[in-house]
Amino acid sequence: MRETEDVTPYDPVSAARRQAVSVSLATGLYGISFGALSVAAGLSVPQTMALSLLMFSGGSQFAFIGVVGGGGALGAAVASAALLGARNGLYGAQLTPLLDLPWSRRLPAAQLTIDESTAVATAQPTRAAARVGFWWTGVGVYLLWNLFTLLGALAGDRLGDPRAYGLDAAAAAAFLALVWPRLAGRAAQAVAGAAVVVALATTSLLPAGVPVLLAALAAVVVGLVTTGRPPVPGAVR
Amino acid sequence: MTALWGGVLLAGLACLAIKLAGHVLPEHWLAQPRVARVAALVTVALLSALVAVQAATDGGRVVLDARLPALAVAAVALALRAPFVVVVLLAAATAAGLRLLGMP
Repeated sequence: MRETEDVTPYDPVSAARRQAVSVSLATGLYGISFGALSVAAGLSVPQTMALSLLMFSGGSQFAFIGVVGGGGALGAAVASAALLGARNGLYGAQLTPLLDLPWSRRLPAAQLTIDESTAVATAQPTRAAARVGFWWTGVGVYLLWNLFTLLGALAGDRLGDPRAYGLDAAAAAAFLALVWPRLAGRAAQAVAGAAVVVALATTSLLPAGVPVLLAALAAVVVGLVTTGRPPVPGAVR
Repeated sequence: MTALWGGVLLAGLACLAIKLAGHVLPEHWLAQPRVARVAALVTVALLSALVAVQAATDGGRVVLDARLPALAVAAVALALRAPFVVVVLLAAATAAGLRLLGMP
C-alpha cells in the first residue's frame, strides 16, 4: 500500500481506492439486515453464512431467503436466485476487456463480480484505476458483507417473533431498495408494474415462489418483443 | 435441514458458475444488446414481484396489513435518498409500531 505517499487529489488510482472504501462500507453494512432476515426466514446461522460466502450477491441472497421464508419450494428459491444472478454474468463480459486479467485471477475476480465492484471499476478513467477500483471494492464488500451478515444472523437468532420487530416489512423494503435505482425508464417501470400484477394475481393459484418466476418470464417476453424499439408506454395493460 | 442445505449450496454454486461464465465465455456471446436488455428487465421483474409477494401476501393469499404502510415509508425514504440500512430500519420500525397499536 502507498497510502502514506503524498498524492494529488486527481490521482485516478487513489481516487478509485477512496471510492472503493466508501462503497464497501455502505454496502457491507447492510449485510446486517440480510443476516437478521435470513435467520428470521428459517435458515440457520451456518446456512446464512454459506449464502454470503458462496453466493455473494445481495439480490440473489434476498430472493433465496424470501422464497424459502414464504414457504416456497427449494427449486423455486434456487431458480429465483440464479435468475437474479444472471446480470453478474453480463458484468463479467463487461469487465473482461477492461481488467484484462490472467486466467489464474479469473475465478476470484468472478466471485467478486457484483453490482458495486462493476460500477466502481467501469467508472474509472484508466485501466490501472479500474483494476484498483474492482479489487478494492470486491474484496472490501466481500469482507464487510460477510462480517455484518454474521453479526445480523447472530442478533436475529436471539430475537423472538420476527413480525413483532417488523422484519417481514423490512424484507419488502429491502427488495424495494434493490429495485429502486433500476426503475429509470418506461420499459423498466412497465415491467415492474406488470410483475407486481402477475405475482399478486397468481399467488393464490400457484405454489409459493412460482408467481415470482412467472413475473420474470413476462419480462423475458417483453424484453424480446421490444428489442430495438422505443419502450412502449402502455405495456402494463 | 439437509434439503435446505442442498438448496443453499446448489443456488450458491449456480450463482458462482454464472459469474464465472461472464469471465471465461467469448465476450460477443453476452455483449448483444438483446441479452443485456432481457437481463435488466428480468432483474426488475424479479425484484418487483418479490416486493409484492413480501409486502402483501401470506400463506398463498393476498393480505393487507402493517407491511404496506411500512413499504410506503420505505418508498418515501428512498425518494429522499436515504441509505439502504436506514430504509430497511424505518420500514421495520413502522410495521413494529403499527402492530403495537393493534394493526395486524
